[in-house]
Amino acid sequence: MNLTLYVWRQSGPAAAGRLEEYRAKDITADMSFLEMLDVVNEELVRSGREPIAFDHDCREGICGMCSQVINGVPHGSQEKTTVCQLHMRHFHDGDTIYIEPWRAKAFPVIKDLIVDRSSLDRIMQSGGYVSVHTGGVPDGNAVLIPKADADTAMDAAECIGCGACVAACPNGSAMLFVAAKVAHLATLPQGRVEAARRVCVMTEEMLKEGFGNCSNHYECQAACPKGIKVKFIARLNREFIRAQLKGGKDT
Amino acid sequence: MDIVKNSVGRKLVMAVSGFGMIAFVVAHLLGNTTLYSGPDGINAYALALHSCSALLWSFRLLLAVLFALHVFFGIRLTLENRAAKPQAYARTDYRAATFAGRNMIWTGVLIGVFLLYHLLQFTLQVTDPEISALRHPDALGRPDVFTMVVLSFRKAAVAAVYVCAMAALGLHLAHSIQSSLQTAGLNGEKTLPVITKGGIIAAILIALGFVTFPLAVYAGLLR
Repeated sequence: MNLTLYVWRQSGPAAAGRLEEYRAKDITADMSFLEMLDVVNEELVRSGREPIAFDHDCREGICGMCSQVINGVPHGSQEKTTVCQLHMRHFHDGDTIYIEPWRAKAFPVIKDLIVDRSSLDRIMQSGGYVSVHTGGVPDGNAVLIPKADADTAMDAAECIGCGACVAACPNGSAMLFVAAKVAHLATLPQGRVEAARRVCVMTEEMLKEGFGNCSNHYECQAACPKGIKVKFIARLNREFIRAQLKGGKDT
Repeated sequence: MDIVKNSVGRKLVMAVSGFGMIAFVVAHLLGNTTLYSGPDGINAYALALHSCSALLWSFRLLLAVLFALHVFFGIRLTLENRAAKPQAYARTDYRAATFAGRNMIWTGVLIGVFLLYHLLQFTLQVTDPEISALRHPDALGRPDVFTMVVLSFRKAAVAAVYVCAMAALGLHLAHSIQSSLQTAGLNGEKTLPVITKGGIIAAILIALGFVTFPLAVYAGLLR
């Protein structure tokens, strides 16, 4: 199939960007979206032009690097799918495709479709951890965890930190990301100890990094390639209220 | 006040103040239904409401505080959210965000402007002094609220303002009922769709309920 692409090109963080038109020729339905871009880039290199810069790593849907908004939807229109797992069979010959980077103040563009997502790392550094004593490896099952809790924690832990929730949110909020981390750790006994402090500092760090506030649009849930649910945001809100009743982040 | 420095804390202020005002709106709607019992209904109801001025004024003060908090944090959160998304996409395909949810600030502004007019018209009674209930008591010496309301809503422009304002209120509530419950954490995976749909239905019923008053008067059903 042959496609028309409008791709965001921006030479550097401070440069002004613009959408540029490209032709993707002889694309097969079996290619992934990134492989389609590889074909376009090979053609660009052959003709002596700068290839389109885009992030990718595992190409199997688990690393969360491929940050592209395709036709107005982060990771494209397929549910629970990252860009690398989005296949060209979902497009038709002659289609026009808009490809843009994640847009948020906290995700500055580095080049073309690559954004700097280290603000998410700093949110993790603020409280997304469990303090443990060093020493011997604890016995397996020394701390018993109910199956339902383990399942809930695993559901939240599916978050790969790709930032699609932020890209989709009309407010540029990272609340679904923070909620997944808060819920994941607060559901388990090891994470319960620091739960009150964690929810306070992580949500504070989110604002400091320039993310917006959640206003319950639920675009994040619709965009999440891992199916993280907004029930975790309700959980985060409950954790926050609980923390305030206990005395805030100083508990 | 550490809580309002936090993103979730500010949302909680929005949710709690908003929910307080939703409770008032429902009470106001129920009170207004006395209009259908004619002059004896609403005039007696208004007199009873005003008979205990201490209670009335403490209630008004509480509402004013809730309103001020809601407006202040509503504007602040909106400005922060705009700043967090400085550049728009060339194409945006919303899959969950609703028209009502994305326009809360504008329906809020419309409701605020309407509220100002509504208070000047029916509480302070300065817009149409010739039909002011306070200055024109009924046969029993009570402020004639019924005549004031009926004569006001007979004017097409006034009736239209009320219908438009209630459309804005309906849109605002369509997002806010589910949103405030989610913010308060009173939500789960199974209850979310129920609360979302229930909130929209409740918002439509509240808006339609209010709209019946100007429409009934304008259609000549109340005279």
